[in-house]
Amino acid sequence: ERKRFYQNVSISQGEGGFEINLDHRKLKTPQGKLFTVPSEALAIAVATEWDSQKDTIKFYTMHLTTLCNTALDNPTQRNKMQLIRAAVKFLETDTVCYRVEEPAALAELQRNEWDPVIAWAEKRYDVAIGSSTSILGPNIPASTKETFVSHLASYNMWALQGIEYVITQLKSLILSMGLIDRHITVEKAVLLSRLEEEYQIQRWGSVEWAHDYDLCELRARTAAGTLFVHLCSESSTVKHKLLQD
Amino acid sequence: MAALGSPLRTLRGLLRELRHAGGRAGRPYRNSPAYQHVVAAFRAHRVTSEKLCRAQQELHFQAATYLCLLRSVREHGALHQEYHGKGERAPEEVAGLVGFRLPQQPGGKG
Repeated sequence: ERKRFYQNVSISQGEGGFEINLDHRKLKTPQGKLFTVPSEALAIAVATEWDSQKDTIKFYTMHLTTLCNTALDNPTQRNKMQLIRAAVKFLETDTVCYRVEEPAALAELQRNEWDPVIAWAEKRYDVAIGSSTSILGPNIPASTKETFVSHLASYNMWALQGIEYVITQLKSLILSMGLIDRHITVEKAVLLSRLEEEYQIQRWGSVEWAHDYDLCELRARTAAGTLFVHLCSESSTVKHKLLQD
Repeated sequence: MAALGSPLRTLRGLLRELRHAGGRAGRPYRNSPAYQHVVAAFRAHRVTSEKLCRAQQELHFQAATYLCLLRSVREHGALHQEYHGKGERAPEEVAGLVGFRLPQQPGGKG
């Protein structure tokens, strides 16, 4: 763990976008590139992460910084289509489509909580998704996958990194689209993602150092990812110049 | 549209979290870029309980998401500190937990 080595955090606008200054030093990515982001609001939020560190820098709490570093460095070296395909692949094992048969109470809870979200996605995107109790998971038609591929292609590379991140956290493409489309809140999406855990917690009790810990972490990461996507795909109503990708 | 509640409540919550997030004491959190940005954004969009304006809803959702982020990071940090922050015990302490003492070995451990 590094000690906080800077007094002041500020942002400035450079040629490539907005930069973060730690005292007089410019923030760089892990691979040494200059840290620049396309959105002023995102830069402010990143600066706030750095400024809220106390004596030691806790990198594991700085989710927006991490997302920006991933977008800038692209350490997994994936191109846009690879990211999209990875995201859509999650649909085959989407949490909300994968149902249990017992216990009956959990099966009913899944129906009551997850069916509406699937119905929303089917209507919004004009696709067939469905759900399944089979161990193989739901059978997603190819046309459904293609619809999501086309839709995700309309997002820029930065936003896509964020979308794929949220999907990986929630283990669900459908819940992630619900967030991106502002149909559900982060708290609700996390609850739906953790439905079985919540069911078991209701039955057996909550263990703060595990359950609440995981819950807070998932909420933090999901909120960061969602905010990241929205800030990176802002429309022209924003007054500031955006970096075209 | 997500069930967001009152924009005023979101704003208040967000400003409170920004106060907690101010790392170093001394510099007033009200001068921080984040605080100024949030207040300016809410003022510019004049977020009210009106349900009609799409830009307002987008801003409110963003604000609520950011609030969730700040709050969850803080709560996670507090839980981490309380349950996982203390590191390992020294061998002497571990032995002492069950009433043993480590043997004294002249010349160090074998």
